[in-house]
Amino acid sequence: MHVELKNISKSYTGNLVLNKVTMNVKPGQVHALIGENGAGKSTLMKILIGVETADHGDIFVNRKNKKWRTPHDARDAGIAMVFQELSLIPTLSVIENVFLGRLLRKQSGLLDWHEMKSQVEKIFEEIEFPLDAEQTVEELSIAQKQMVEIARALSQNARLIILDEPTSPLAERDAERLFKRIKKLSEKNVSIIYITHRLEQVFKIAHLITILRDGEFIRTCPVSDVDMQTVVRDMVGRELSEQFPDRTQKVNGSSKKAALRVEGATRSNEFNNVNFSVYNGEILGIAGLVGAGRTELAEAIFGVRRLDQGMVTVQGKIAKINSPAAAVKTGIGLIADDRKLKGLVPDASVHFNLNVATQRKFATRCGWRLQGQEIEASKRLIDGLQIKLQSLQQNAAGLSGGNQQKVAIGKTLNTDSSILIFDEPTRGIDVGAKREIYFLLRKLADEGAAIILVSSELEEILGLSDRIIVMCQGRITGEIVAANATQEKIMEMAVGIYESTKNGVTA
Amino acid sequence: MKWLRQLGPLLALIVMIVLLSISSPYFFTVDNLLNIFRQSSVNALLALGQLLVIITAGIDLSVGSILGLCAVAVALSLKAGWSIIVSIFICLLVGAFVGWLNGAMLTKMKLPHPFISTLATMNVARGLALIISGGFPISDLPASYRIWGASSVSIIPVPVIIVVVVYFIFHIFLTKTISGRDIYAIGGNKVAAYYSGIPTDRRLVVVYMLSGLLAGLAAIILTGRMNSGFPLAGMGAELDSIAAVIIGGASFFGGVGTVWGTLVGALLMGVLRNGLNLLDVSAYWQTVVIGAVIVWAVYMDVLRQRVMKKKRS
Repeated sequence: MHVELKNISKSYTGNLVLNKVTMNVKPGQVHALIGENGAGKSTLMKILIGVETADHGDIFVNRKNKKWRTPHDARDAGIAMVFQELSLIPTLSVIENVFLGRLLRKQSGLLDWHEMKSQVEKIFEEIEFPLDAEQTVEELSIAQKQMVEIARALSQNARLIILDEPTSPLAERDAERLFKRIKKLSEKNVSIIYITHRLEQVFKIAHLITILRDGEFIRTCPVSDVDMQTVVRDMVGRELSEQFPDRTQKVNGSSKKAALRVEGATRSNEFNNVNFSVYNGEILGIAGLVGAGRTELAEAIFGVRRLDQGMVTVQGKIAKINSPAAAVKTGIGLIADDRKLKGLVPDASVHFNLNVATQRKFATRCGWRLQGQEIEASKRLIDGLQIKLQSLQQNAAGLSGGNQQKVAIGKTLNTDSSILIFDEPTRGIDVGAKREIYFLLRKLADEGAAIILVSSELEEILGLSDRIIVMCQGRITGEIVAANATQEKIMEMAVGIYESTKNGVTA
Repeated sequence: MKWLRQLGPLLALIVMIVLLSISSPYFFTVDNLLNIFRQSSVNALLALGQLLVIITAGIDLSVGSILGLCAVAVALSLKAGWSIIVSIFICLLVGAFVGWLNGAMLTKMKLPHPFISTLATMNVARGLALIISGGFPISDLPASYRIWGASSVSIIPVPVIIVVVVYFIFHIFLTKTISGRDIYAIGGNKVAAYYSGIPTDRRLVVVYMLSGLLAGLAAIILTGRMNSGFPLAGMGAELDSIAAVIIGGASFFGGVGTVWGTLVGALLMGVLRNGLNLLDVSAYWQTVVIGAVIVWAVYMDVLRQRVMKKKRS
């Protein structure tokens, strides 16, 4: 299907968020839509699927000018969007989710389960993704859920599918699988608009690329005509010198006491006999596929989950950590993987969020708050982290993804923890904000913090860590110093092909 | 825009007072206004406990029954010849204990929603009130006890003084202490609060205990005023308290709400009832009007949020 967005403009309460943006999607092509958060990608897509209406400009489908009155019109025309936050109903089966809102009926008026099931199975066959159609969605992995969303789009005869950050919750291997399906779809002449922050993926799968910046159309061109540097420059409007900070010279860890030492940590079905140490001043990367048990391990160290067996020592002393409250008291901070769910109180102010974890730091012994000190602390953090906001009292939900993440980090820094666990700290945030967070992590390490970085992005693990441990199916399958690490070596350990001889702790 | 949430109910209260003052010569007199305040005091105390619970995104259906049980408990203790201090202590203890049960069922037994645990205690507490009283009101309480509900300091009724003092204390608690802030955090996002190191379970237990305790305090005022411990006291009062909290601008989904908003909510309901009485509107119609006010108050909030959302995006 040929879809053209022409000179689309849109403003909200006087703010121009899209200025004469044009995008031309050709049949069977994968078209990457790139831009930092706030560049106008989402708004443009909302206009395309009829959720928002443009102030000016036209939409052409197969050269015919179309006006959407409701999202239904766009869907009937064959345009479907797979949302970043999956829009499935967990308690219903795959079949029901695929046919949500338009379940098939027999002539008698009863539901035609047989027909629906066979249609769903046919779709999964076509995209070569085996899945039990009668399972309920809550039993599925994120990758599988995503395919259910795509199947739903296909069952509606979508000829253009919009994917918004589809790989951000996926591990590398699942992402690879998704790329294969996308290729299959494009071979069947389905057009794809692919929104992502991960540029390496763009070069892997896209034919065309459209770049937006601050609501302005920058360019559309074949991917083969540009390189990474050009794209990044177009996105951020400046040359991105170095994405990662320089590593500073480290004191050898063995000469010092470990800041945090984990010995024999075990939790059934999650991780098994995990041993490692992290030292003040270093960044320890924990790599692995989603489901390797990294988040579970991080949360167990932080006291969200209890260890079945094993011991945690902090600065040489055995620490009994059976709740996050205890972890914070021992000086451990966790910046959790899902900031909306575990990190922020979205409808409370930025100021509230920055101080919510401080317990009695800014309070008298009997729990009386010292609000002057709280405000001082908020201001310091906002300056230090360069959080962009209108006022301290602004709701956290109103900030961009990158700034929300900075607030989540600030909240933890405000507890004066010296052992910081970052679980997927750059998920779903734009290139510029990622870079700021990388430099912040390095700065914290240089100031003496011990940092654990859990990430599914290999590039980030390689670029930032001093030392890397790799987990696979709940076990540590390797440890490697950054200087010797390559993507291939880590992937081998992550899928369990290569078992390091040193299984576990080395220092 | 945040102050609008506070101002909405206050404006409604003022408009209501102005309208009623115009329509009835008896309305805007010191006596009548103090009378409204006194009549609202029981609901105001229940609503204060309910507010804490609703800020944590919970609900307490048991406050009316706790009120009934406490009323019977305090009357029986007095009848048994125990001193007023001891009887009041027992009354508050019973309230706090049932509240603790609510909290424990939620956090220790992990019942899925406070609607369920408090629905259970609502039934249990009412049943116990009927059992221990034999189903009859326990009347003729000592005169020195009745000052809590019936007497005045110069012209100001004692229940009004109690309400103002207690509201002030809870205002301080919610805005100036760590525990108060934690309660807002739990309602705003319980998971994030837990990950922030807030002892969420302990705070929740305290919140339900305070709700029960305030119901006990309300029972003291009510028994004092009625000169009787009535086992069916507070039937349906839980719904009035929820209405006051919601009219007062708290969010039913937690994280938002103020003490003063709730006081305005409770007074608004009192003013309505009193005003409609003065205007000879049947009691049956009063509940219809209160229902309409709930819709209106919450709809105002929906509109407010819509405007804010537009501004944000």
